[in-house]
Amino acid sequence: MASDSIVAETATRIFRDLCDPQTVTSAADERWKGPAWTQLEEAGLTLAWVPAELGGAGADLADGFAILRQTGRFAVPLPIAETLLAGWLLARANISSPRGAMACTARAGHPVSLTANGSLSGRLRAVPFGRAARHLALLARRESGDWAVVLVETGAARIVDGSSLAGDPLDAVTLDGIRPVAVKDAPAGLHDAVMLMGATMRAMQMAGALEAILDAAVTYANERVAFERPIAKFQAVQHNLARLAGETAVAMAAAGSAADALASSSAVPRGEEDLAVFLEAAAAKIRVGEAAGEGAAIAHQVLGAIGFTKEHTLHRFTQRLWTWRDDFGSESHWAVQLGRHVAANGADALWPMLAAR
Amino acid sequence: MATELTFDPLRLPPECVALRREVRAFLAEEIEAGTFNPHQADNDQGYSEEFSRKVGARGWIGMTWPKPYGGRERSFLERYVVTEEFRVANAPVRLHFIADRQSGPVLLKYASERVKADVLPRICRGEVCFAIGMSEPNSGSDLFAASTRATKTDGGWLVNGTKVWTSNAHHAHYMIGLFRTSPATKENRRHGLTQFLVDMKTPGITVNPIYQMTGQHDFNEVVFQDAFMPDDHVLGEVDGAWKQATSELAYERSGPERFLETYYVLTELVRVLGEKPDIRGAEGLGRLVAQVHALRRMSVSVAGMLHAGKEPVVEAAIVKDLGTIWEQKLPHRARDLAAFAEAEAANRATFEEHLAFATQIAPKLTIQGGTTEILRGIIARGLGLR
Repeated sequence: MASDSIVAETATRIFRDLCDPQTVTSAADERWKGPAWTQLEEAGLTLAWVPAELGGAGADLADGFAILRQTGRFAVPLPIAETLLAGWLLARANISSPRGAMACTARAGHPVSLTANGSLSGRLRAVPFGRAARHLALLARRESGDWAVVLVETGAARIVDGSSLAGDPLDAVTLDGIRPVAVKDAPAGLHDAVMLMGATMRAMQMAGALEAILDAAVTYANERVAFERPIAKFQAVQHNLARLAGETAVAMAAAGSAADALASSSAVPRGEEDLAVFLEAAAAKIRVGEAAGEGAAIAHQVLGAIGFTKEHTLHRFTQRLWTWRDDFGSESHWAVQLGRHVAANGADALWPMLAAR
Repeated sequence: MATELTFDPLRLPPECVALRREVRAFLAEEIEAGTFNPHQADNDQGYSEEFSRKVGARGWIGMTWPKPYGGRERSFLERYVVTEEFRVANAPVRLHFIADRQSGPVLLKYASERVKADVLPRICRGEVCFAIGMSEPNSGSDLFAASTRATKTDGGWLVNGTKVWTSNAHHAHYMIGLFRTSPATKENRRHGLTQFLVDMKTPGITVNPIYQMTGQHDFNEVVFQDAFMPDDHVLGEVDGAWKQATSELAYERSGPERFLETYYVLTELVRVLGEKPDIRGAEGLGRLVAQVHALRRMSVSVAGMLHAGKEPVVEAAIVKDLGTIWEQKLPHRARDLAAFAEAEAANRATFEEHLAFATQIAPKLTIQGGTTEILRGIIARGLGLR
């Protein structure tokens, strides 16, 4: 993983200085958010996936995924991932990215329609950071059945506030009658590609959060004394932590592999390449989602009552692990897709597909 | 972070792609010729002199070793490809696999020049089978409790004692045995053990079968009564075997054989579920595929680190821990998922046969080559908990 890149180092520095989990937990209000966002934006991190000519930093996909891993490691409650993905989506259709936070959704279910008169119709049920974003980027379907990339000002939409398990905005956004500020035809395959990007993005964030809770649990076990020795010396605790390390390792491997697959594919993967990216992203979202559930449970078990409190930072990671599992397709969603694909291609095609990665 | 684990997304290099094609073509030819049956899950059939010699002739045994000893000086990643393709095809590799994976590398590192020149080329030709003589009646996971003694005598050593659970011993031409040459010391309980190359034809060695619950014969008891080992069969340092054991274990623990041992069940499950499984079947299958993909990516990543000369001891232990638990659970998951599949699926009988076999061998997967408990201890040490 490109965790050593300058981009990732910059992100890490800003997170450590301005939105370290302890700082965020102890903060009396949300005034820390403004300066943190400004620094991230000025460093070009929020639009890393947008080429310079469309208003972004023009970093490569690997750099963006390295930033995402850090957002997980610090459990950052800012719409960085969402803005990155929105910028990526807009750039696929050559739309310039505006300044400020953006939200981005991709849903397989009921699509938003773009009517002939140029206005939208549809309701998005759970948009991460919807009300916190100035703009919303999404795919809308024309009456012809073709897809268009649209950019919407969230101020114009009707938003019903909701909240994720982590307490971050997760809002219902109604777009009926709204005219987008930008509309362009989507290249073929973008509808699938944005789901794969979103799934990999969340997998990367979850892998980062698992790394952080492994670290926290190991540190705690070495410090906490019970029965006259550090609990790290008890074999039962050691084995729980070894399992947490295993789940963290598999998450890092699966998410890192999917990110690498996307980073080395074309702008919107098609054909054979598409199959490889589909396997990698789907498998990452499934397996990392499973690891998130298992890993969070183990970390809480090791930290005991203190890990269950508001004042401790553990929940900042575990609540996000639980909620990120659901975004851009849950484990179940992707497992059905992947299982159907494997079944349709037949038993003899399975090993060649796995071995090609 | 206090805990740094590394799993870079390594891709196998282009030479591996070409090699994979070659290996698949070879396997297809051999299946066609009837050398082995890929639908035979039962590894008892896996000992084939004919097949191992053919593999040797292709240069796929000891393929990473130096050419003077019969090797081909190919990369560890190329060996990875051969191993995984053979495993998935259920190829009969029992004769040469242990020698190729473990025993040969130990000889390369620690054997005398005469022994290397004699034995290694024969391993490469697929002619010799190796057993590993570690476990004893009172020494299993705790290797350093071994008590089979080697006592110094003129020109060599006399060995007395018993090894158990020794796979392949009834076929093996050689064993790499771990014997006690000195008592353990107070300061170091691992001191006093020495590795030897054992010629299984040596007078004083008796091999007695131990049948497994499936009725298969794989395990043996190997009894040594004044069996003579010449001096140049000592491998490495006398009394210092504990220094030699650890780094090679990463090779033994992270390979594709640590999660693909019951893979045939997954293949047959896909057939049983059919082209259009219900949502339960599809979801269950999708999860299994995601899990095996993730395991393989981890395993390839560790192979890349070994290839680069690193010693990913903790990462390798993690691969074996997760991999063996996965392959152990696979038959049970497959049984659940197949419960409502069409009873008349064409491969139903094959599926059930494979399932029955895999279910019965599954318990050993988390015991052999380092138990789950031992692996988690190694991982815990790597995390700084011990």
